[in-house]
Amino acid sequence: MDFDRIKEKLGILADAAKYDVSCSSSGSKRKNTSKGLGDSSGMGICHSYTQDGRCVSLLKILLTNHCIFDCAYCVTRRSNDIKRAAFKVQEVVDLTINFYRRNYIEGLFLSSGIFKSPDHTMERLIQVAKKLRKEEYFNGYIHLKSIPGASDELMREAGLYADRLSVNIEIPTKSGLKLLAPEKNHEDFIKPMKKVKNEIIQYKEESKLIKSTPKYAPAGQSTQMIVGATGESDRDIMYSSAFFYKNYNMKRVYYSGYVPISNDPRLPALNTQVPMLRENRLYQTDWLMRFYGFDIRELLNNDFQYLDMEIDPKLSWALRNRQLFPVDINKVDKQLLLRIPGVGLKSVNKIINARKFRKLNWEHLKKIGIAFNRAKYFVTCDSREKELRDLSSENLKSIILQNSQSKFRKDLSNQLSLF
Amino acid sequence: MTKRVLNYDGSFEGFLTCVFNAYEQKLLVVEIIPAGENQNQLFSKTETIITEDLKAQRVLKALKTKMSIQGLRRIKFAFLSEKPGIEFRLYEMIRYIFSMPEKAELDYSHPVVLDVSKTAKQVGREKHRMEAFVRFRLTKDNIYFAIIEPDFNVLPIITPHFKSRYADQKWLIYDVKRKYGVYYDLSKTEYISIDLPKDIGVSGGNSEYFEAGEIYFQKLWKEYFDSTNIKSRVNMRLHVQHVPKRYWKYLSEKSPFA
Repeated sequence: MDFDRIKEKLGILADAAKYDVSCSSSGSKRKNTSKGLGDSSGMGICHSYTQDGRCVSLLKILLTNHCIFDCAYCVTRRSNDIKRAAFKVQEVVDLTINFYRRNYIEGLFLSSGIFKSPDHTMERLIQVAKKLRKEEYFNGYIHLKSIPGASDELMREAGLYADRLSVNIEIPTKSGLKLLAPEKNHEDFIKPMKKVKNEIIQYKEESKLIKSTPKYAPAGQSTQMIVGATGESDRDIMYSSAFFYKNYNMKRVYYSGYVPISNDPRLPALNTQVPMLRENRLYQTDWLMRFYGFDIRELLNNDFQYLDMEIDPKLSWALRNRQLFPVDINKVDKQLLLRIPGVGLKSVNKIINARKFRKLNWEHLKKIGIAFNRAKYFVTCDSREKELRDLSSENLKSIILQNSQSKFRKDLSNQLSLF
Repeated sequence: MTKRVLNYDGSFEGFLTCVFNAYEQKLLVVEIIPAGENQNQLFSKTETIITEDLKAQRVLKALKTKMSIQGLRRIKFAFLSEKPGIEFRLYEMIRYIFSMPEKAELDYSHPVVLDVSKTAKQVGREKHRMEAFVRFRLTKDNIYFAIIEPDFNVLPIITPHFKSRYADQKWLIYDVKRKYGVYYDLSKTEYISIDLPKDIGVSGGNSEYFEAGEIYFQKLWKEYFDSTNIKSRVNMRLHVQHVPKRYWKYLSEKSPFA
């Protein structure tokens, strides 16, 4: 191996791949059965964290950053004057195996700029995955990018070697896509997604009948949307997201705050701050939708198109629906417990188990670990003291804010001073 | 009734034997301590308990009728925390569980149950961290070697993970704090104790011990780690929260040499 050359390529092609935020390495069921290398049957592991606090679990690289497209939001766009490089198939295989054996990574995340044609590119990605599985007996995690426009046959083959497939929708609305990536067609993104979804369903059906049916993309598929590149509202973004969860059985939709990489007038200027707080609120909303039983229309709708940046979306929802509170923590069912601000999934479980033994009071709840400062205005329990609740939602919000320390306080005060 | 302090060999089976004896002889236990540690109780009698597998098994069997697998796992994990006094807390919890008709392991409003569950969670977190932060280096005799120094005694509970993942390579993980390691020879794992040379280091590729390409892979990994960072999003507080500084010395991507 020519280490210096590999190192240079690795620098370029890891740098170009870093805007893909997916780092998931869980949800697969690939076991190490025949004394091969690796196992991805357990939970995902973050082997390190970048200085921006993101999980590093996969070797996330592009096969090449040569690209025939010129999408405004992308660093590897054709017209961008940057260093270009390309890995050979064997080089990616060697890097993956050597990193994996040293316990640096959970597996490989391979994406690519589109060179020659979508099919040609997809074929190369598949070659890497196939080599890892068939020649190296590698059972680690493989995440392949579905290249927009790739043929159905290739997508079918990709799922046989990959644990997860993803195609990034990037721009949440059709009009935004037309503006920033006029050469790309909305349909090209949807087509591979549809194919993968149908294959997953078909393989699942077959495996019910025939046990030896091979696994097809056992960790499902995911997608990503850029936030803050075009003018979409939070409602637009989350409605798109809900659409993909529902219609394409997405395992995850990722939200990626736009990092300015271009002085294109269609995009936010180079010195614009990355909208990290907004991104965080979107993820919170995503969680409420997937794990807390909220319908997205309760959280965002025509009257309420943008999330409140100062408080989390559940608290914001509760303040708009005061008539439902307070609830008795010792009585209400799980569904309602999940809707109390400051009470998370784990606390709900603990509460449900603990209240079988005795009526819970404030002290129990504090020890169980709920966010007391938020929750106390929305619940009653087995304690005499009651919290002030005859306040308007506005007042309540400001009291909660006064008594809490948001890690985003710095960003907030910046944003507030604008108005 | 005389207060008893039970002294045992420090093993989990030893602890379970203490529980057995306490029940069988109806002892008023006030403290359970591993050998070599001093007791703090006045007016009490110290008794040394000899580990007996049969007794330990009987306690386990009885516990299984009262607890879930996860509950037992929490007890085992909390035990491995090696926190002073954890044995007595576990003893209290076991007594509470035996005294209740069913599933008292889930009574999070009981202080001891909640405390044991929190301790088990800490140990679980350390286990997960070690599964993430172990960095193998390939030695000249083809063994993937790593040094760890975990807060809790997690080596026994991370072994199955590494065994199933790295089934086709020889590896050795050594806990320098507790001076023992686990070695996998392609068919089974065993506990070993060795004297490590001082200049073997926690990272780096001293050519006396390590394979020639080793240092390059550490350099490639560091290159990857640096390139994957997005500068306009730097958030060191979050970074340190995920990778506490005490672990940095083991992570080749954080080390200055490469």
